Amino acid sequence: MSQERITKHECAHVAALARLRLTDDELDRFSTQLGELLDHVAEVESLDIDDLPATQHPFGISNLLRADEPAQTLDRDQVLAQAPHIENGQFRVPPVLGEAS
Amino acid sequence: MNPSPTSASQTAAAVRSKARSALSVVEEHLAVIGQSEEEICAFNIVTADKARSRAAQIDAQIAQGHNPGPLAGVPVAIKDNLCTKGIPTTCSSRILEGWEPPYDATAVELLCGAGAVIIGKTNMDEFAMGSSTENSAFRPTRNPQDTSKVPGGSSGGSAAAVAAGFAPIALGTDTGGSIRQPAALCGVVGVKPTYGRVSRYGLIAFASSLDQIGPFANTVADAALVTDVIAQFDSRDSTSISQPVADVLPTLDHGVAGVRIGVIKELGGKGIAPDVAARCDQAIGALESAGAKVGQASVPSAGYGLSAYYLIAPAEASSNLARFDGVRYGLRVDAKSTPEMNIATRSAGFGEEVKRRIMLGTYALSSGYYDAYYAKAQKVRTLIIADFAKAWEDFDLLLSPTSPTTAFSLGERTADPMAMYMSDVCTVPVNLTGQAAMSVPYGCGQDGLPVGVQILAPALGEPLMFRAAAVLEASLG
Amino acid sequence: MSQQGLESTGDGVAAEAEWETVIGLEVHAELATQTKLFSASPNRFGGEPNTHIDPVSLGLPGALPVLNQKAVELAIRVGLALNCTVQPSVFARKNYFYPDMPKNFQTSQYDRPINTDGWLELASGKRVGIERAHLEEDTGKTTHIGGGGRIHEAGYSLVDYNRAGVPLIEIVGRPELRSAEEARQYVSELRGILVAVGASDGKMEEGSLRVDCNVSVRPVGSETLGTRCEIKNVNSLRSMARAITYEANRQIKLLSNGEPVVQQTRHWDESDGRTHALRSKEEDYDYRYFPEPDLLPLEPSLDWVEQIRQALPPLPRDRRSKLAELLPSANAASVAVVVERGMDTLVTDAIGAGGVAQRVHNHVVHNLADGVGCLLADALAELTQMEEAKELTSTQAKKVLEALVAEGGAPRQLATGMGFEAMAVEQLEALLDELLATYPAEWQRFCDGDAKLTGFFVGQAMKSTQGKADGKALTQLLNSRRSS
Repeated sequence: MSQERITKHECAHVAALARLRLTDDELDRFSTQLGELLDHVAEVESLDIDDLPATQHPFGISNLLRADEPAQTLDRDQVLAQAPHIENGQFRVPPVLGEAS
Repeated sequence: MNPSPTSASQTAAAVRSKARSALSVVEEHLAVIGQSEEEICAFNIVTADKARSRAAQIDAQIAQGHNPGPLAGVPVAIKDNLCTKGIPTTCSSRILEGWEPPYDATAVELLCGAGAVIIGKTNMDEFAMGSSTENSAFRPTRNPQDTSKVPGGSSGGSAAAVAAGFAPIALGTDTGGSIRQPAALCGVVGVKPTYGRVSRYGLIAFASSLDQIGPFANTVADAALVTDVIAQFDSRDSTSISQPVADVLPTLDHGVAGVRIGVIKELGGKGIAPDVAARCDQAIGALESAGAKVGQASVPSAGYGLSAYYLIAPAEASSNLARFDGVRYGLRVDAKSTPEMNIATRSAGFGEEVKRRIMLGTYALSSGYYDAYYAKAQKVRTLIIADFAKAWEDFDLLLSPTSPTTAFSLGERTADPMAMYMSDVCTVPVNLTGQAAMSVPYGCGQDGLPVGVQILAPALGEPLMFRAAAVLEASLG
Repeated sequence: MSQQGLESTGDGVAAEAEWETVIGLEVHAELATQTKLFSASPNRFGGEPNTHIDPVSLGLPGALPVLNQKAVELAIRVGLALNCTVQPSVFARKNYFYPDMPKNFQTSQYDRPINTDGWLELASGKRVGIERAHLEEDTGKTTHIGGGGRIHEAGYSLVDYNRAGVPLIEIVGRPELRSAEEARQYVSELRGILVAVGASDGKMEEGSLRVDCNVSVRPVGSETLGTRCEIKNVNSLRSMARAITYEANRQIKLLSNGEPVVQQTRHWDESDGRTHALRSKEEDYDYRYFPEPDLLPLEPSLDWVEQIRQALPPLPRDRRSKLAELLPSANAASVAVVVERGMDTLVTDAIGAGGVAQRVHNHVVHNLADGVGCLLADALAELTQMEEAKELTSTQAKKVLEALVAEGGAPRQLATGMGFEAMAVEQLEALLDELLATYPAEWQRFCDGDAKLTGFFVGQAMKSTQGKADGKALTQLLNSRRSS
């Protein structure tokens, strides 16, 4: 059953969505482990709770709003000092549109 | 081990009255750390110099007649997923190694505002994903009670730091039991306050709707003191509770006479080690002797908590951890395009458990599976909340073991994620419902290792929960 | 409106087929708040890169969003002005990776938008449905370096997060527009509404108003929608109209040749006047929407919504009809221009202050396209009076108007300063002496009470001075001489 829950191919697709590269070993292991876990959580499938509302927050509170007043910004140099690669006050990255495998 | 002989409140009182200097308190704790940290590995960083200068500052304040607050000069250990300005904050992950936040978490700010002295940042399971602290990217932490055992997790470093006497109090975070379970395994007090009582601002999120910050301490009174300091409304956290709530400390010794306490049927029996169950029975006896009316409570859906938790938490985590992409901070592994760089960075920077949960969460949210998994899990959450609401009609507090077993050996469960996940079965339901819960040490199992008893309270029920904890603590003599 | 197939491509294939263009627009407008949607750093255009940043808009670990009340209020204003239902809403995370999106998810509204199901009326009177108008955060900006700035050939990119987290309202119109011209009217009307309610400055050039066009074609009479393409990067109303026309023709040509239209996102290139397919890996997008756990449901109270409704300023539609009453002889299009420019109050006030209606209107339509600057209604009124009294030629009036726009002031003084004004009092006195000597009979009749002769004398004065004499002052002089 586990093997059917999530195939290696699906696992690879999910990894791509999450921007992770998994080795073949990892793909094998993860698809098995995720399958087992999904088998376990499948117990909730049998619960007849379609009519219940979904809980997004444990308590039904709403609306925390903030006044539209500017506050201190972060110091740019301090922020950029933490960055892997900077240029002219900006964050430098490799070309954005390359092939993502 | 050689735990500090005095409590945090006694230490603060001595510092305020100049009976002791804050600096000498810090030096004393640094000495304990020097003796055994190498073996325990509770810390990712010990901030000795910063702690000394902060202590000197507090001594100067006192010399000038100022009162630094209820935690004057008390050393605190901070879990490494709480932002500390200018002190590296890593979540025990390679992907954040060396990152220094430009701001303090609100809870850290409040502790420091009360006079506490940060002594170091504690080790944890990477991004708080784990129950043994073996998922730290740096090294595992060991249980001070028996260094062949795990301290529990994910806040294992904080629990171990308090148990080893490195600091009288520590902050941890609890998403599915990550404060209560290590508190139980290390034999200290650990509290998960009501969701929204302690601001999450500056807590590096694992699962936003479940995460909560709370204290570790050697005594119930110290845990109460810290809870009162950090449980404050914060306008920087939209989920923070704004209504005024009574402090815990003033009613701590009011006892439990007439209090109705229910033992949760579904979280006992099967799967609970007999010696753990026996300790829980003794705790029940102690509460009864103190005048509590104890009965059996039923929360029929509590057993589904683990399943709902292992869908909701990874789903939220998969999104929360997307920001670690090598662009703005932390690790970058270069590549010829940004997507490739993201992939290379994340693949190298995240450990196996984090990847596993990101995979699970991404899958649970992905097109075609959302309704079957994530949405369904949120409905299970509604069901569990409703079942607890029924139990609260008959009981003021609920009780269960904190962990099904005492501390297990390093490496014992690392190969089997499901076995590791089962460690959270008793603690997870409360994260789903947002209620308060805490673990109180209650003797030892057959192996001589600590057992923790979990007390559960309805939302904002901390004062009564702490009263019961104080009764249990006192009953041990 | 239908288009003759292949009219512009001219290769004659299927020239007989009649095609209908179907357009639905998604408009993103930056809301005119002081601060960002979820944090307190400034919402301001431009500035040194990465100076308008804070932990939230930079996606720093541990940062949490807190919703800006003003942004909510502006969104409600827009919703009400677009006749939408304002409802309780939920923020959701839209998950995808892009370096200018600091958290790698965009906080937006998904299945529960704040505004739903409204309509907008074009100047032509046609009503266009609005599906929803929801709140979301903007991304930062990525600049592609090398490869001539083209995204595909860039050597690397630089990211600036000043814009990240700026509040946006996304207004999704129903596919009920049928021509590039209707699309232009729609955006123009929408922009007027956004500006009128103070929600946005509506500047397309600065990117504070951005339009994505969903374009498809179908045979006239068909009820089903054709396969659509989404066009991005139109930076002005003009380029939007060009892009739509180009894209419709491209699709008509494909279909006429028996080739399918592929659903894709296309990029408008202003320089070559064509749309280009962006890399089409659309099938890889799976946004994994789920409710944002760091934010609470947004439930504006009915009282608050009602307060906002009561305080809504007049909308362009109402302002046009009000202005049309004041300018009975003006055509609808030129009335619309005034409202579009937000100058209807100026026109109304200037006419109220005694300005000559048609002249006021003409100035606003023809001479104030770049804004009113320092010009006040009273000054505009006086200027038109001077023109009407022939004290200024139209060329002179335009010059004075330019000065009024640039520095304000009184038209008469400005005209004098430019040497346009008639004459000093002594000169006027001398002129009058001359006139009375030349026309003694007329003077006598005037003194006997024939008031009509005022015009005669003023006219003669204008004639001999080529219009430099101040008619009003001359009349005063005439009257005072008669009574002395």
